[in-house]
Amino acid sequence: MSEHLPALVLLAPLFGTLVIGLFGLRDHRVCLPVTLSCLAVSLFSAIGLILRVSSGGPVDYFMGGWEEPLGIGIQLRADAINSPLLVVIAIVALLAAVFTIRPAGERDSEKTPYFYILFLLLSVGLFGITITADAFNVFVLIEVTALSSYGLVAIGSSKRCKVAAFHYLIMGTVGASFYLLGVGYLYLKLGSLNMQDIHTILASNENLADSRAIRTAFVFILVGIWTKMAFFPLHGWLPNAYSYSPSGSAAILAPLVTKVSVYVMVRMMVSVFGLDQLEANVEWGHFVVWLAVIAIVAGSMMALAQREIKKMLCCLIIAEVGYMVGGAWLGDPQRWGMTGTLYHILADALMTSCLFLAAGVFAKWLGAVKLEDLSGLFRKMPLAATGFVIGGLAIIGVPPTCGFYSKFYLIRGGIESGQWIYVAALIGSSLVNAVLFFRLFEIAYFGKNPVASHAHGHGHGDDGHDHHETPVVRREPPLHALLPVLVAAALLILLGIFNGPVVEFIRTGLIETATVVSTGR
Amino acid sequence: MKAKIFASIAVVITGAILLYAVIDFPDFGDPGSPPNAGVPGGAPAASRYYIQNTYRDSKVPNLVTAVLADYRGYDTMFETVVILTAGISIFAILRVVRRDDDPSAPEPVASDRTIDGDHHRIIVGITCRIAAPLIQIFALYVVAHGHYSPGGGFQGGVMLGASFILLALSGSLRETLARFSERDYTRLAFVGILIYAGLGLLPMWVGRNFLDYGALSGLFMTKGEEMARSHSMLGVEIGVAITVMSIMFAMFANLSTRGRLQGGL
Amino acid sequence: MQAFFQEAVIPHFNFWIYVVIMMIGLWSVIAKNNLVKKLIGLSIFQTAILLLYVSLGVKEDATIPVVESGVLAAYKETSATTDKKAAPAIHPDRYANPTPHVLMLTAIVVGVATLGVALALTQMIYKDFGTLEEDEVLQKIKALHEDV
Repeated sequence: MSEHLPALVLLAPLFGTLVIGLFGLRDHRVCLPVTLSCLAVSLFSAIGLILRVSSGGPVDYFMGGWEEPLGIGIQLRADAINSPLLVVIAIVALLAAVFTIRPAGERDSEKTPYFYILFLLLSVGLFGITITADAFNVFVLIEVTALSSYGLVAIGSSKRCKVAAFHYLIMGTVGASFYLLGVGYLYLKLGSLNMQDIHTILASNENLADSRAIRTAFVFILVGIWTKMAFFPLHGWLPNAYSYSPSGSAAILAPLVTKVSVYVMVRMMVSVFGLDQLEANVEWGHFVVWLAVIAIVAGSMMALAQREIKKMLCCLIIAEVGYMVGGAWLGDPQRWGMTGTLYHILADALMTSCLFLAAGVFAKWLGAVKLEDLSGLFRKMPLAATGFVIGGLAIIGVPPTCGFYSKFYLIRGGIESGQWIYVAALIGSSLVNAVLFFRLFEIAYFGKNPVASHAHGHGHGDDGHDHHETPVVRREPPLHALLPVLVAAALLILLGIFNGPVVEFIRTGLIETATVVSTGR
Repeated sequence: MKAKIFASIAVVITGAILLYAVIDFPDFGDPGSPPNAGVPGGAPAASRYYIQNTYRDSKVPNLVTAVLADYRGYDTMFETVVILTAGISIFAILRVVRRDDDPSAPEPVASDRTIDGDHHRIIVGITCRIAAPLIQIFALYVVAHGHYSPGGGFQGGVMLGASFILLALSGSLRETLARFSERDYTRLAFVGILIYAGLGLLPMWVGRNFLDYGALSGLFMTKGEEMARSHSMLGVEIGVAITVMSIMFAMFANLSTRGRLQGGL
Repeated sequence: MQAFFQEAVIPHFNFWIYVVIMMIGLWSVIAKNNLVKKLIGLSIFQTAILLLYVSLGVKEDATIPVVESGVLAAYKETSATTDKKAAPAIHPDRYANPTPHVLMLTAIVVGVATLGVALALTQMIYKDFGTLEEDEVLQKIKALHEDV
């Protein structure tokens, strides 16, 4: 069975949707166990893949057995770059699924099965994008991901989420179309869609790689993916889409969709166009790093201006995307920048997951939407607040959380490549994050006026009315909501402590991929 | 006005980049261009392999069907999943379920005739009633004959869906829903994918890769792997047609009534 | 000027047209205020890509990618006598390239699916805000925001 692991990762949630669709529409109790068990299968397959990759190198899987000649069928490929991301996707999706457990007594919605179907389809898409080695297949799976995200954003009952989803749809479709256009340009010049094949052809024909069509293809693929990952000037859709969507949707959308897009960019750079080729054109790298610096500064500034918790977190995502794009384009010879980016993808997915889960908990059980609503949080929900603090510390970059180490590697890459402006932007943005979160922590620790938060909690809390006279009562959320936050926080620290082996694994795999591919297999 | 200036700038820049590359393109209709023949000096393009070997591999003369359902069948499976995702997203966004204890649910609408006037209804309604089964038979032909002529699951599925939409347009949505109810089309959409993915899963049982239909020669009792591929492609196309038909009609029913499945238009 | 037309425009006529159509779509996506007009633009934009891909598969003097029965008969004779892996008798320039057709079938389906979801969203927006003009919707959202 172990040779089928690459397919199993995404087939498990796919068949899960079918089970929910066939049985869950009548009996809603089917939905959650099926979702959890399918994602657990994916998680175990992904861990199995990591083990196989670490012992025997990249794992290939040819759909339909069309192996020879390369490029007639569709290839899946798990290597050191994407197998850790598969595990993180499975973990984050599992945590978000646990978070969506309905508290006892809450009314079941008619749309529950639709939510879980879209949730599983989204994870199918994310797994598929991550593991495929076919440029066109990426487009199809981007669309599976995108269409399920639109549904997940718009499934809420608020008026604003529909408008947010509409803008998301327009931007997302234009981005995906640009990607498709770029793939078309590659196809018309190279006649192949398989990433490995494309790279072999590009590496063996010097003049092809410099031709106008290939450059244009690269620009359009890049712009398309940047739209999908909300890279600064193209970020317009993100804050509204993620902050007005239901908490359960935001808990899977916000951590994963942008990170997987960053991964697609890295994959395109490493195994399609080739790092050597890109680094030959130094100006491009400088230009993108400048764009990334602007994105970091803009994201941090926007985050300072926000009054709502989720909006602030969304602006932080925009800044984090800037970190990753900049890190990938540093172009230092030891590949610390690229390694830092890949490690930061994992770290940031977990951080964002932790923070959005915590924000979801606060929104649901405290009715906290604005920053001030968090006052007295530590007395009301000490455990949930601890998880939130650890997530915040990770975003700031305090050791021993993984946020510190990912920034460390990114800064190392920046220093080695001499991109001082990028290093300055990273450190400046960390300071802004520190200001933001310590302001929050202060409100949460010392903030008075808990009555105001009850006024906001009106209608959300189970028995909020009884506590008007006794302002401070400890009211931890139920276990299924608390557990994901704490697990995510624990994973942040674990990933930080074990950063050495993880980074080593990624970096050796990355250098191997970059060199093996560039010599044409 | 600001949007128009911005749009003009964006369009001019994008268009300029695209036209800058056009000069570099292979000539229109050139059989020796990279997509058609491969890069000069390199391996021949995949399309050349398809043209030369499809008939040997699967005994299917229609190359598009063979590439769609076999060589790139994994893409096509997700293409069907895209349709399903869109359908489920539309349900999630629009569908309003009326509960007896829910006062905010919409009131039932008195009339659900889409065309007013008895004369029109008689002529149009009867014509469409006669036409619908013919359309459906033709759609089945398109699905089944996809191996030999242009056609296949998507095209046939759209026609099947269109026949139901025609009935709903010319008669009433309620009558059509009585024949093809919400429960049916939701289930069928998933059954279609189940046929596709299940057929792909079977080869894994005997240790072959996902979607490797060649392993199914025992199931279809064929002599060689080629005919097994051919039969599996038909099965896959049927699955695609079922999903496409259901989702097309579901989209129409939900969009035309804003998710209430009552009244309409 | 004439040389430019001879070299750059005439052999790439389809590709020039596709750029023009695509830019019309992109312009209306950005500039139009009405949400449905934006969607029409989006559809034009997506359809232009189909023209690009399908133009790539064209071969002069080639027919549709369905192997004709006469060729099949000849093919059967040669493959019956020789080894299965032997060089096939079908000439690749005889048929148009099937790959772009397959890819664009996928893109068409994606376009339909996106349009369906987008129409569902516009319906909900119209129901909630009573208008499809983007600036009016945004104004009403702002008013909503101030009420809270």
